[in-house]
Amino acid sequence: MDFSFSEEQTLLRNTIQSFLQDNYDFDSRKAIIQSEDGMSKENWQQLAELGLLGVPFSEADGGLDFGPVETMIVAEEFGKGLVIEPYIQTVVTCGGFLRRASESQRQEHLSKIISGEEIWAFAHAEPQGRFNLSDIKVNASKNNDEYSLNGHKCVVSGAPWAQKLIVSARTSGDQSDKDGISLFIVDKSAEGVSLRDYKTVDGSMASEVTFENVKIDSSSIIGEEGKAYDLIELVVDETIAALCAEAIGAMSVLNDATVEYCKTRKQFGQPIGKFQVLQHRMVDMFMQYEQSVSMTYMVNLKLSEDELERRKAASGAKVQICNASKFIGQSAVQLHGGMGMTDELNVGHYFKRLAMIETQFGNADHHLKKYSSAS
Amino acid sequence: MDLEFTKSDQEFREEVRQFIANNFSQPNASGQNIEKYHEVTSDQMKEGILEWHKTLYKKGWLAPHWPEEYGGVDWSITQRYIWDQECANAGTTPLIPFGLTMLGPVIIAYGNDHQKDWVLKGILSGEDWWCQGYSEPGAGSDLASLRTKAEKVGDHYIVNGHKIWTTLAQYADWMFCLVRTSSDGKPQEGISFLLIDMKTPGIDVKPIITVDGGHEVNEVFLEDVKVPVENLVGEENMGWTIAKFLLGNERTGIAGVARSKKAISRLKEIANAEYNDGKPLMVDPSFNQKVTELEVELTALEYTELRTLAKESKGEGPGAESSILKIKGTEIQQKISELTLEAIGNYASPYLTPLSVRSFGSNYPEVGPDYSQGVAQNYFGMRKTSIYGGSNEIQRNIIAKMVLGL
Repeated sequence: MDFSFSEEQTLLRNTIQSFLQDNYDFDSRKAIIQSEDGMSKENWQQLAELGLLGVPFSEADGGLDFGPVETMIVAEEFGKGLVIEPYIQTVVTCGGFLRRASESQRQEHLSKIISGEEIWAFAHAEPQGRFNLSDIKVNASKNNDEYSLNGHKCVVSGAPWAQKLIVSARTSGDQSDKDGISLFIVDKSAEGVSLRDYKTVDGSMASEVTFENVKIDSSSIIGEEGKAYDLIELVVDETIAALCAEAIGAMSVLNDATVEYCKTRKQFGQPIGKFQVLQHRMVDMFMQYEQSVSMTYMVNLKLSEDELERRKAASGAKVQICNASKFIGQSAVQLHGGMGMTDELNVGHYFKRLAMIETQFGNADHHLKKYSSAS
Repeated sequence: MDLEFTKSDQEFREEVRQFIANNFSQPNASGQNIEKYHEVTSDQMKEGILEWHKTLYKKGWLAPHWPEEYGGVDWSITQRYIWDQECANAGTTPLIPFGLTMLGPVIIAYGNDHQKDWVLKGILSGEDWWCQGYSEPGAGSDLASLRTKAEKVGDHYIVNGHKIWTTLAQYADWMFCLVRTSSDGKPQEGISFLLIDMKTPGIDVKPIITVDGGHEVNEVFLEDVKVPVENLVGEENMGWTIAKFLLGNERTGIAGVARSKKAISRLKEIANAEYNDGKPLMVDPSFNQKVTELEVELTALEYTELRTLAKESKGEGPGAESSILKIKGTEIQQKISELTLEAIGNYASPYLTPLSVRSFGSNYPEVGPDYSQGVAQNYFGMRKTSIYGGSNEIQRNIIAKMVLGL
């Protein structure tokens, strides 16, 4: 048993840290969010040049052939920098699907992701479906060699920047059947695809995407028709593992900032960190963080295990991360007092990102149930 | 001891309900067609916030907690309770508390006849919008360490300093302000309570944008601001006594029971409309339990508040117990905002318009169900409630010291 990082992994971490140091201080991030694009295409190109957009892909596909631990490192560091650019959406989620796609699909698409030419988004959630992965009403009906796609996907993270979407749709069965769900690669510019883009509360962007008789060639289906559910669950678990890593990155910044603030902020003639009630609160924040790191390592090490074990690991980790995100986010604001409420200080921005990670791909209640049913 | 409403209480409820139905409308509900939030001007915002205030002023129902001789209303605590409930149910615009709840009672208790005349009249008519100059960058929880200085020169005080977290100062005509007039003795002993005209040269109001995207709080810079000595309330250096009196009053209003009840019923509506695995979220056992526990806790707070009000009506002023109302009231408000965020699921994340503009009635095109609008921003914004008005840590210290004698 060994929880240490290899030299190569440490090098990867250092690379990302120096990239963030040079390009992603809090003011630069703010400028990126306020820019017309809402993200930085230059940063995206730099990520490509550093090889980071190829982390999980095989050498044959042009990637670095790294595993979950390396993805975890990237996501954790991005969490520390509150990176806006849609890395998890493109590389971990959509990349996760494409890694398992056909030879010809991998050849056609992966090089464009790795080179930074294309951003991808996963259009899955629907207004009625909440966090249930099989509650799918968007419909794809087959006519000869073509599918016709209709319906509405909600809060598609990163979609405003994307060129391609991976869309889950029902090709048979009832609304919440696991059977009968298929995955399609859809060009965002295809006729009948319309987007309502908007900012999100954590500084990112998302879209409401509607499909109206969008024609899709049957060569654009990922895997077998109607059999996508297991793959969706696998890739969502991988996404959850990366989100957990992003969260612990954000938590570590909040905890450090809070301890530092309490050491320097003076009231009643002493640093407020001398007050025991605040000390205990910070100790609880620290413990929540450590427990979250443990669960994040655990889930990333178990992603390749059998399905039941993997699902349990992902749901368990997400429960811990949701609870810790809430506690640490709220506590960091509270201990910073009014300053924690300001847009000017970074604390509130980490708090908001953590609050959104809580809901992404299922909150604590949802994953408690999943964990229980996998036990 | 009894909990019954009398027949006249019930008639009162009917009267009040009718009055609200006939006289309250959401600001701008049918007014200008404001498509883009940045088109809402500061004057329109102020006007919108004051609409309900002015309606109540005309009716004479604006200040139920003031003595009748000063423009208050002779309502029993039951009637005040009914009034709060009916206003919350109808979702009336919250009244701005700085004049009505905070300064008014201070002037009634400590002001001279001249101040009682002009200050109270201006508060009631809505002509004078007041803001609260208490906190400073170095004096938050430790308010007594404040350093904004007032020096007496002839018949004026010359004020220099820096106030922060000044809520809605951008609309204020006047500020009641704690200033240091002496550095002798304990820090509490050299503080005075001054009324400052915001139009006086040397005052600069700078906005602070908060995590919910709103502009509610400000920094107020004061440089050689001339304040006539007749604007001192009470004696020089007795400001701390007044400040504590005011904070005690602030805390009783802060429980927000009626509005929390309304917010819980809204939360239930949302949870009934949201689906979770094919069933309404509200029937999900774990979600249902969280909402129910909150409701029980709110009921406990309701009766704690009623007990406090009953004591108050017998002339026993709000004591340190009012800290309970602040702590539990804000914790419940925060928890409601948290569960509402949880209820709306994926639609937590769209950010479209600042909350302050939304409450004004902007019709900027939205995303997702109507009830999801602004929910996340409200959750972020509600974090301030355990910080302001004396943080909840400070409130616990007050109870430990003043009530438990620790």
